[in-house]
Parts: sequence; structure tokens; C-alpha cells
Amino acid sequence: MRTSSTSRSPLLFLTTVAICIFMVAPVLVSVMAGLVNSYNRGISSGLTLRWVEQVWEVYGSTVGASIGLALACVICTLLLGVPCAYALARSRSRLARAFEELLLLPVAIPSLATALALILVYGNMTSLRQSFVFILIGHVVFTLPFMVRTVSAAFQRPDLLAMEEAARTLGAGFVQRFLGVLVPAVLPAIVAGMLMVFTLSIGEFNLTWMLHIPLTRTLPVGLADSYASMRIEVGSAYTLVFLLVILPVLWILQALTTLIQKRYGT
Amino acid sequence: MTAPPNPTSRASQIRMLCVLPAVIFFTAFWLLPAATLIALPANNGWDTYLLVLTNARYLQSLLNTLWLSLATTLVTLILGAAVGIYLARRRFRGRQALISLLTAPLAFPGVIVGFFVILIGGRQGSFASLTSSLGMGRMTFAYGVIGLFLAYLYFSLPRAIASYTAAAEAMDPQLEEAARVLGASRWQITRDAWWPQLLPTTVACGAIVFATAMGAFGTAFTLSSQFEVVPITIYNEFTNYANFAVAASLSIALGLVTWGVLYLSRVLTNDAKAAQ
Repeated sequence: MRTSSTSRSPLLFLTTVAICIFMVAPVLVSVMAGLVNSYNRGISSGLTLRWVEQVWEVYGSTVGASIGLALACVICTLLLGVPCAYALARSRSRLARAFEELLLLPVAIPSLATALALILVYGNMTSLRQSFVFILIGHVVFTLPFMVRTVSAAFQRPDLLAMEEAARTLGAGFVQRFLGVLVPAVLPAIVAGMLMVFTLSIGEFNLTWMLHIPLTRTLPVGLADSYASMRIEVGSAYTLVFLLVILPVLWILQALTTLIQKRYGT
Repeated sequence: MTAPPNPTSRASQIRMLCVLPAVIFFTAFWLLPAATLIALPANNGWDTYLLVLTNARYLQSLLNTLWLSLATTLVTLILGAAVGIYLARRRFRGRQALISLLTAPLAFPGVIVGFFVILIGGRQGSFASLTSSLGMGRMTFAYGVIGLFLAYLYFSLPRAIASYTAAAEAMDPQLEEAARVLGASRWQITRDAWWPQLLPTTVACGAIVFATAMGAFGTAFTLSSQFEVVPITIYNEFTNYANFAVAASLSIALGLVTWGVLYLSRVLTNDAKAAQ
């Protein structure tokens, strides 16, 4: 596309450059601060991995905990969300629309409120309160609508209706149709939903901070703890660890989204 | 039982079975807790629900949050639109990579954004080093409203940039071309050709940015800001003072505001779609 007016617009160009610096510079400063001996003296103080090692010693368990939690959250949203997305995509009843609306509420209201509500009802169940399952429940409540909406939109493709009908006339039972025809047809959307849920769960802080106890710390909870109690280099090194965990997932998600757009054009 | 099942009712039975696990889970772990939370302030008398308006401290916190979120939304929309329009209309090497880079912070927890502000504008921050080397002493901006505003801007911009880039790519170039042929100034093109086409994105994205800013907790928590916002007030009432009814009342008020804004934006954008 020829863009004569923007190429002559220094205002848009300068704003874009300024915003790029604003968004990227803190990340670079943080990565640098996690790898130098002293943040105050900068690169000249020499590069070191000792802060990363210290993070691994003190907070290493939170990395595994967060990845495990995010994977469990992905599995739960798959099992609960994919059949639900199918039902909502095929149903035109008012009840189905109402449930779809209700499912969105945990995203529309601050997660702090959801966390308080969960603690009010289930906080006294000690064994639940002291396990990761409590945090997992919060994460599933918060991420389920993302899975349901992504997959439900894919299930609404008109050609799927015909495919399902064809499989049915050939005598395939529902489970066979669902797993053999429908799920493979919407697989890219399911994978996109899985990656979305994974990133949301791994970075979730607002709910998790309220629901966690000292024994159930996740990566973002550990981050908040290190920012409050450790030296600035350790906090930076820990941030670097978070970036290393999250960035590959983001890249795959992005590539997948482009792939889906190319294949289905939406 | 022996009659052949009606395929329609059979299909609706299958749909019921499919949606049932999600309904049970959601009822047990969101609807029931949310109902409990909503009922809780009633134990302390009905006026507990109105505390956010009647108590001067809570009202101040609410006004702080509204003001900050509104300012964040306005600046985010203006800057996000500028960057989005620029990125949508230029083709250069590494453009896709740049868009990925600019939208990646969407996945950062709020605590990291707060830490970034401390890293730059805190007591040991690079800004303090800079001002001290200029002989102005170690200046900080991280712990007040400026730090909070910059942090909110940081986590809001990626969403706006992504939305506006997509919306500007879908704009009709002929409208603008026609306006230019007719001798429209750049300001007139912006007002008459761009703005109407970007309006739905502005409404939808503005609502999400505003609601996210109202509910943001991690960032303000990390900055332990002197400028108190409602999520921090709720957290303090709940954790430090065990004032569960007050925390619930403030949560309801905050939830009503964020849900209301998001609902309104959906109604507005759906109306616009229907009118076209």
C-alpha cells in the first residue's frame, strides 16, 4: 500500500519511536541488571551469573510449581471447556447465552474480588487451602472463558455442521464424531486456547497472591517477594528467569495465530 | 424406552452432558462464592454497601482510582492509535517482530511492570543516578502517582497497539484517498476518514483498558504507592484489618464499575454494528 501521508508524518514516526523505547528499554535494563555485579555501577562492574544462581537456590521451586500449575490449568480448561464450547456453539437457547455471559464475569470483574469470594467459602477447608489445588481452581475460573470463546468460535464454522452430519449418517456415535471429526477440525483453535491459558496462568498474580500460602508459591508470587525483600540485582535476575519461561510460549502462540489466520482467513 | 430416540432431543441431551461439567464447576467455584461475597456486607447493616460513597477515606480511594484509570485510558488510546496507525501503514523489515515485541508485555504480571518503574525511577534507579550526576540530588518518581501512571500506561499500551494496528490495517484506503483528492487537510482526514472507522476499536479497547486499570493490583502492590487505589484498599481491609464485610462491599463497588463499563462498550459496539 502506498502511504504518502504517513511517510510525511514525523509526528506518528516520532511517537512510534518514543513508545518503542518506552516499552523495550525497561526490559533491557532489567536483563542487564540481572547479569551485572552491581546495578549502580552498570556493565563496568562486570558480568556475573551469581544472581541467577541465587534466584535458582531461593526461588527455583516456584518455576516448576508455576509450570506444573499452568499445565494442570490447561488440562482442566480442556476437559471442561472444549465440550462446553461445542454445546454453546450448537445451542441457540437463551439459557446457553446466559451461561456464556456468566462465564465471562470472572474476567469482567477484578480478580481480587473472585479471590476474596473463594476464600470466604472455601478458606476454612484446611487441606484445600494449603494445597496448590486452591490456586488451580482460581486459575481455571479465570481462564475458562478464554478457552470456551476461542474454541466455540471455531465450532461455529458452517462446514463443520455438514461434516458432523455426514459422520452421523455413516453411523458414527457421538464420541466418535466428537473426537474423530470435530476436535481435529478445530485443533488449531484448541492449541491457541491452550497456549493462551498457559500464558495467563503463568503470569497470574492478583488471584494467586490472595490464594497462596508460604508453601504454595508460584513464579509471580516469588517475584513480588523478591522485589520486596531482595537486592535489586536478584529481582532483575528473577525477572529474567520469568522472561525465559514465558517468551518461547508467546512466540509459538503468535506463529500459531498467524497460521490459523492464513488457513481460515479470520 | 424402546421407542427410537428423537434425534433433536437426543442432540440436546448430548449438549446438556457436554456443558454439565463446566456448569457444575462454575456454580461451585464462582457463582456460589460470588453470591456469598455479595451477601456478606448485609450482616453489618445495609449501609455497608454504600461505604465506598459515605466513608471519606474509601471515597478518596475510589476517586483516585477513577481519575488514574481515566487518565491512563485517554493517554493509552491516543498513543496506541498513533503507533497502531503508523505500524499498519508502513512495511519495513522486522515490522512483525517489532509488533510482537511491543505486544509481549501483555503477558507480564503487574508486579514486573511495577518493578520496571522501581528499576528506572526508584531510590537506586537510573533516573536517580542521572539527576545526582547533574547535581540535583537523587530524584525518584516511582512511589507516587507519576510512577503509578507510567506503570499503568506500560501494561495498557500493548493492548491498544495490537487493537489499533489490526483496525487500521482494515481501514478503507479509498475514503482517505477521496478526502485527499478533495483537498482535505491532514487534520480533516484524521477527523473525517480515520476517526469514524476507528471508533468501534476506541470504544472496545478503551473499556478494556479502563476496566483493567481499575482492577490492577500487582503493580500498585509492588510500588507500595503513596497514592492509594481501591484494589490496595480492599487488600488492606481484608488482610491487615480482617474487615471482611468492608472488603466485600468495596469489591462489589469495584466489580460493578468494571463490569458496567465493559457491558456498556459491548452494547455500544453492537449497536454500531447493527446500524451499519
